[in-house]
Amino acid sequence: MNPNELTVQSLRRIILDQSFRARVGHIGSALCVADLVHALYHQVLRISAPADQDRDRFILAKGHAALALYGVFYQKGWITGEQLNSYCADNSLLGVHPDRGLPGVDFATGSLGQGLSIGAGAALSARLQKSARRVYVLMSDAECNEGACWEAAMFAAHQRLSNLTAIVDVNGQQALGYTRDVMDLQPMADRWRAFGWSVAEIDGHDVAQIVAAVKPGSDRAPRVVLARTTFGKGVSYMQNQIKWHYWPMSDDEYKQAVREIGGQS
Amino acid sequence: MRAAFIQTLVELAAQDERILLLTADLGYLAIEPFADRFPDRFFNVGVAEENMLGVATGLADSGFIPFVYSIVPFAVLRPFEFIRNGPIMHRLPVRIVGVGGGFEYGHNGLTHYGVEDVGVMRTQPGIRVVAPADHEQTRTALRRTWNVAGPVYYRIGKDDRTVVTGLGGRFELDEVQTVRPGRDVVIAAMGSIAPEAVAAAEQLRKQGVDAEVIVVASIHPAPERSLLSVLRRFPVCVTVEAHYLSGGLGSLVAEVIAEASVPCRLARCAVRELPIGVTGSQRFMHERSGLDRAAIVRRTLEALKTGGNA
Repeated sequence: MNPNELTVQSLRRIILDQSFRARVGHIGSALCVADLVHALYHQVLRISAPADQDRDRFILAKGHAALALYGVFYQKGWITGEQLNSYCADNSLLGVHPDRGLPGVDFATGSLGQGLSIGAGAALSARLQKSARRVYVLMSDAECNEGACWEAAMFAAHQRLSNLTAIVDVNGQQALGYTRDVMDLQPMADRWRAFGWSVAEIDGHDVAQIVAAVKPGSDRAPRVVLARTTFGKGVSYMQNQIKWHYWPMSDDEYKQAVREIGGQS
Repeated sequence: MRAAFIQTLVELAAQDERILLLTADLGYLAIEPFADRFPDRFFNVGVAEENMLGVATGLADSGFIPFVYSIVPFAVLRPFEFIRNGPIMHRLPVRIVGVGGGFEYGHNGLTHYGVEDVGVMRTQPGIRVVAPADHEQTRTALRRTWNVAGPVYYRIGKDDRTVVTGLGGRFELDEVQTVRPGRDVVIAAMGSIAPEAVAAAEQLRKQGVDAEVIVVASIHPAPERSLLSVLRRFPVCVTVEAHYLSGGLGSLVAEVIAEASVPCRLARCAVRELPIGVTGSQRFMHERSGLDRAAIVRRTLEALKTGGNA
C-alpha cells in the first residue's frame, strides 16, 4: 500500500507513521474515526477550498483524533508532506488537537463538549444567510457526558437546524474505562430522539452506510448519526483496549500495526 | 446603563445587519426594545450560557457580531472556558454583556454578584474589557467599541439615572477620563461606584485635601500610558471598585505602578471578604465593604497620613 494513495488504508498508514514518528498516543481514537473522516471529506463535504466562505463546515468535537483530520488534509492537498511530518514537533501548527491556524480547520477543539454548540451557531448562521451550506460535528460518545452537549442538542432541535448533522463515534470506551462502567450512555438513540433529533444508527466503518446516513432527512429536525465503531480499528492489539487511548507504539508494535492494516513496514 | 446599552444597540443594529442579540433568558424590562424591533435577530437561547457562547462563536465566525447578554456571573464565570476557547482563541467579535457589576443585585446574594469578573477576564490576552461608570459613558463606550476586532466584555450596571459629575459621557479606548482635577491625591474608580469616589473628593475638599478623580472604563488591556501620565503627578493613588481585591482595578494600578517604578503609594478600596451570611441593598453592601464615600475618605486620609514615598 502506498501512503500517498487517497484510500482509507493510506489514511490509517499516515496515522500509524506519524504517531510512531512523534511517539505520541491517541492512536486508537484516530484509527477509530478514520472511516468516518475519510468518507466525509472525500464523499460528503462540499469544500471547494478551505477558505471558501460558503463551504460546508466540519467540527472535530473530539479534537484528540486530529491526526485523522491532518491525514485527510494531506490527501486533499491542503497541507504538504513536510507539514504533516511536523506533527507534534516544536514550532508546528499540527498538535495533538487541531489549531485554527491550520488551513482546513474550521474550529479549534480539544475541550470536549464545545463542538456541538459552535456547530449549532454555524448552522444558524447558514440559515440566517440563506446559504445551503451544511454543518457536520463529529463527537465522541463519552463527550456526551458533558452537559453542554445537551444544551446544544436542545437548542438545535428548538431552532429546527436541519442543516446540522452530529455524528457520534460510539466506540464504547473513554480515557479510563468503558463507557458502560464510567457513565452509561444507553439508551443513546432514545435520548437523542427525546431531545428532538432525527436518529440514524449505522456501522461507522461501512462507507455506504456513513454516506447515506449523514445526508439530510426530509424532516426539519437536526440529525444525529450514532456510528458504532471499534476503537483502534484495524490493529488487533489496540482494538477495544483502554490502554491505547494514550499509549504510543514500540518499534515492534508499529511493524505489526502496519502489517495488519495491509501495508509493509 | 442597561437601558442605554440596549437603546444604543438598537440604533447600531438599525445601521448594521451583522448585529444579533442573544440572551440566556434574562433581561426582562431591558432587552425588549431590541427584541421588538429585530425579532429575527434576537434569540432567547434559554437558561444555557455555555451553549450561548458556543452558538455565538459559530455565528461570529460566519460574519455576525453577536451580543450575548446575562447577569455578570452567568455571562462570565459559567461559560468562561467557552469564551476562552471560542471568541478569544478564534479572535472573533463576540460581545459579552454582563449586567450587574459589583453588588447591583444586592438582595440576591453572592450568586448574583459580579465581584471577580474583571479579574477573571484580565487573565486573557485577546479580549477587551470595558466597564462604563454611568449610562452616558455606556452609550459612548458602545459606539466606540462595537465594531473593534476580537471579543469585548462589557461590564454594565442597572442604573440609568445617576451620572458621574464631570464625566460628560466621555470614553476613549486605552484612555482614562479625569472627571475632577486635583493636586494632592488621585482617586481612580471603575464602574458604577464612581459617583461615590466623586462624593468622597467633595468631602475631602472640605477637609483641605484636593483630590483628583479619574474613571477607568477601558480596563483591559490596561490603559498604561494614560494611567501613568496621571500616576506620575501624585504621591498617593486610591482605587475604588465593587470587585474583589484581587485582579480588578487596584491590581491593575499596582502592576502599572510597579513595572514603571512610579513613586506613588497605592491604597485600595475593594471587596476584601466573602460576602456571605449577610444580605442587603447595594448601598448596604457598599458600606459593609468599605466602598461608600465615608470609607473612601477615611482610606484616603490614612494613606496620605502614612505618606507617599515621593
